[in-house]
Amino acid sequence: MSVGAVGVEAVDVEAVDVGAVDVVAGVLLVIGALLTLAAGVGLVRFPDALSRMHAAAKPQVLGLICVLLAVALESGSWLTLLFIAPIVVLQLITTPMAAHMIGRAGYRTKNYRRSLIVSDELQDDIDRAQS
Amino acid sequence: MSGSDAGRARRGVSVRRHGGEHDPDSRQLLKELGQQSPLLITLVLLWMVLWRSFTPIDLLAGIGVALLVTRVFELPPVQLSGRFNPWWLLVYLFWLAVEVVEGSFSVAARAFDFRRVPRSAVVEVRLITRSDFALTLIAITVSLIPGSLVLEVDRSNSTLFLHVLGTENQRDIERARERVRVVEHRLLRAIGSRDELKESSR
Repeated sequence: MSVGAVGVEAVDVEAVDVGAVDVVAGVLLVIGALLTLAAGVGLVRFPDALSRMHAAAKPQVLGLICVLLAVALESGSWLTLLFIAPIVVLQLITTPMAAHMIGRAGYRTKNYRRSLIVSDELQDDIDRAQS
Repeated sequence: MSGSDAGRARRGVSVRRHGGEHDPDSRQLLKELGQQSPLLITLVLLWMVLWRSFTPIDLLAGIGVALLVTRVFELPPVQLSGRFNPWWLLVYLFWLAVEVVEGSFSVAARAFDFRRVPRSAVVEVRLITRSDFALTLIAITVSLIPGSLVLEVDRSNSTLFLHVLGTENQRDIERARERVRVVEHRLLRAIGSRDELKESSR
């Protein structure tokens, strides 16, 4: 008997017991993956650096939270939940900071499409300060 | 003119030195530790969670590391308003969770909407609060809730400049401004001073 055949026999689909927790964790994993995909699509599709930071900041964070929750559910231990809590909190605090720094740099280096900006009150403010 | 200025400066220095004599260094240190205790406790807890063990040795090591880290990377003290309402903070955190989910899905929907390229606007929002702490939390919240991202902060005027995704006209811009005011009001209910809260509810 070859090694490959042993591997196939070991995975017996009917013997795998799928509980409610597994279903919820699976759904969370799929949602997390879709949100991360959305972040990627947004990065490619959005017109300028400023708009792209929206995609990098928001769906990405929730996608990560979904995946981490799925991991915590599957492991079934409170310690894991305790362990992912600081990850989630730090993500929620640092992602807006990163988006702010890149957005600010993008704005200052004029890395955005003027034609897609409906109104720019920061430019108005700068004009007022210079006049 | 310059002579009298110098005299005042000298007097100022001597007054400060007098204050120092009445306030011994040890008491100053205790006060500083008291001010930093929320940060220190959080760091110790984080240390123990990261090691996944809660023995007294970990506690001691955690305290040591927390003190070392706060000394090496010294931060300016955070000025709190003195008012704190745990109930409204809970309400705020719950509302924030709902908004984060909504914000993520709205950007995701825009990313998958292949029919159009989203337009945006840079919006100025004047805030009521003068507190750096509240300003920071508002800026973080605003970046997580639907549509907006902080571009620039004018700290001296408590003004945020936001990049708002998906604005087509002036009405969308006003709606974005209003949403930030709601964020500020909700946050001030939890941690703002009484005067600022009263001003924001008007």
